[in-house]
Amino acid sequence: MHSTRVEDCKAFVETLIHRYQCNPTELIRILREIQDRYRHVPDAAIEALASQLSLPRSRIVGVIEFYSFLHTAPRGRYDVLLSDSISDHMLGKQSLMDDLCRKLGVAPGVTRADGQVSVDNTSCTGLCDQGPAGLVNGYAVTRLTSGRIDRMVPLINESVPLAEWPSDFFAIDDNIRRADLLLNERPEPGAALAALLERGADALLDEIDRSGLRGRGGAGFNTAMKWRFCREAEGDAHYVVCNADEGEPGTFKDRVLLDSYADQVFEGMTLCARIIGARRGFLYLRGEYRYLLKPLQDLLAQRRQKGLLGDDILGATGFNFDIDIHLGAGAYICGEESALIESLEGKRGIPRNRPPYPVTHGYLGRPTVVNNVETLAAAAAIAVHGGQWFAAVGTAKSKGTKILSICGDCARPGIYEYPFGTPIRDILTDCGAGGTLGIQVGGPSGTFIEPGEYDRRLGFEDLATGGSFMIFDASRSLLDIVGNFTHFFAHESCGFCTPCRVGTSLMKNTLDKIHSGHGTAGDLVELRSLCELIKEHSHCGLGHTAANPIIETLERFPDLYEQRLKAIVFEPGFDLDGALEAARQLTGRDDSAAHLQQVDR
Amino acid sequence: MSEKLRIATTSLAGCFGCHMSLLDIDERLLELVEVAEFDRSPLTDIKHCGPCDIGLIEGGVCNAENVHVLREFRQNCKTLVAMGACAINGGIPALRNSIDLRECLTEAYIDGIGVQNPQIPNDPELPLLLDKVHPIQEVVSVDYFLPGCPPSADTIWKFLTDLIAGREPSLPPELVHYD
Repeated sequence: MHSTRVEDCKAFVETLIHRYQCNPTELIRILREIQDRYRHVPDAAIEALASQLSLPRSRIVGVIEFYSFLHTAPRGRYDVLLSDSISDHMLGKQSLMDDLCRKLGVAPGVTRADGQVSVDNTSCTGLCDQGPAGLVNGYAVTRLTSGRIDRMVPLINESVPLAEWPSDFFAIDDNIRRADLLLNERPEPGAALAALLERGADALLDEIDRSGLRGRGGAGFNTAMKWRFCREAEGDAHYVVCNADEGEPGTFKDRVLLDSYADQVFEGMTLCARIIGARRGFLYLRGEYRYLLKPLQDLLAQRRQKGLLGDDILGATGFNFDIDIHLGAGAYICGEESALIESLEGKRGIPRNRPPYPVTHGYLGRPTVVNNVETLAAAAAIAVHGGQWFAAVGTAKSKGTKILSICGDCARPGIYEYPFGTPIRDILTDCGAGGTLGIQVGGPSGTFIEPGEYDRRLGFEDLATGGSFMIFDASRSLLDIVGNFTHFFAHESCGFCTPCRVGTSLMKNTLDKIHSGHGTAGDLVELRSLCELIKEHSHCGLGHTAANPIIETLERFPDLYEQRLKAIVFEPGFDLDGALEAARQLTGRDDSAAHLQQVDR
Repeated sequence: MSEKLRIATTSLAGCFGCHMSLLDIDERLLELVEVAEFDRSPLTDIKHCGPCDIGLIEGGVCNAENVHVLREFRQNCKTLVAMGACAINGGIPALRNSIDLRECLTEAYIDGIGVQNPQIPNDPELPLLLDKVHPIQEVVSVDYFLPGCPPSADTIWKFLTDLIAGREPSLPPELVHYD
């Protein structure tokens, strides 16, 4: 870097550090701003940050390398990322990617020599009902077609600013197809807080308890119990965190809630704050939803003006609470609550050992409630309508409704809200799915069900889901699906523990080897034991579930794997002769000793 | 015992440290040669492997010759063992895997400090390098993995005596615990 650039960079870092009050917990936000300005985090910035925040350089580099949207080498002035989710692939993502790369003269993951553009894959962008989707300089683009790709190429090559791109590229629909309890009722802003102030925090917590509300992120922990634990936990500060790091492939309901029901979500957070005694809250918004940041910040400002946030909320003396939005930087694992808290603290998103749980030792070691977007929206509605209103719907152990994000092979993908207890069959009829191979409920870490199981029901007793509901018709290959999920986990492993970091990559390689017809019976034995090892020995939920797609299909459809095996003892999983090509070129040799047979005869 | 077991050993992309550790079983070597004899091995200088019971492989696979030697061992040895970190993971030689082969060789033979008569060696006698160093189980199937850098003499001894006695080899934690 030229010395003027170094000076400019140092000055920029200086202003950022000043703005963020020299606070190391703001590291990720600072790095995001640097990334935006320089398209990477230059070495000069790392040096300046290390000395001024008194952090080791390795800590800063570690954070940059952890998050997919931060880079140590420059990305293109236009950084195009296409969603790698199975649903995007089913809509033709790969040929669009090839097309785009060819027309721009760029290889995936490698910035073009002139620095103008880079194209790469990214994990599910949460736009599965309007894919193939992607991100251009962090902003979501939807419904990509070869026509759109053709229009995009000159825009990039001629340096047309993003603001002047056709607005239809960035159009995002809610696609709410079925509304029930939650999506039908949209309480007036402030209504839940008025109910809270009228009835008191204790009575309201009892009301939430009466509703039977359980966490909507997938695990289903009782919400009132979580809030009570946190409230009773000792600490000089308490925090509320809304988990909007909706990263499970196939899930996009939080995006819609934050687009059209954000007031209600913020109200749920404020409610929780009053009950647990928090003065500060965070919305952890996944980086892919960056386009929502500005509208959400505007909404927070409006709520402050209306007296729904800030000091003495709705005139109640001492009811002080405000919300800050923290934008993620591309890491699925940050959807895990303790990893999310680490990320909020400006660190790599590595899940903590639990216990202690965040309710007693969360953000900065203080008692913290982390709830899903949908849970908080439901809490606000319960405050207005009462616990009985909610508990009257659903089943014995799963009260209320669940919002599903439906995508894949169906006529009407989108958002569907159903009472718990609804049979899968009814859902398929509503969204127009027929001739199915099966449904993946709960995303890659969830469960695959076959047509014979469509009488099973939505609920914590039977099929729990954070919202992902992916439909596959009979033309799809189960191994393609399993392969996509396995690649996803290998990419998203946080790298902290060896069984998951190394295991998911080995699992991916072995599966690919078998899938491409180069595997042998020994590889299958190896794959089985590897899956068990990853499941048993990993540090967190990602590792515990990463092998599920393979384990489940190996158990239920062993033929799928066995019919691809070669009847030989062993074949290397890489191209042996191809591995000599570089050396052949360097030495100019092509004699028989300069070649290798793939299989030993 | 009517006939002795046959053991073959080789070092591919390794440092011979594992072989030094094998010698480090000291006087137990005498016990070993009571029940076993060595086929192809740096200890015997036999050039090609005949039918064997046990093959011990040190080092990963970095070039075409390594592939041929490894395959010869696999064809001849009933039980093939990856001995030490490099055979199991590629080890130190695999540190070059993140560097392009051209860069590697250019640095070593063209641009390096003090290089005279710069050229990349291309004699047909020399085995060509693979673009990456691979653990041996990526090239042939492997029956056992003996961890350590190198595995200690006691580890090698425990492993071999188990195997020779017909027991499933099992290493107690103190032999595979390194801190």
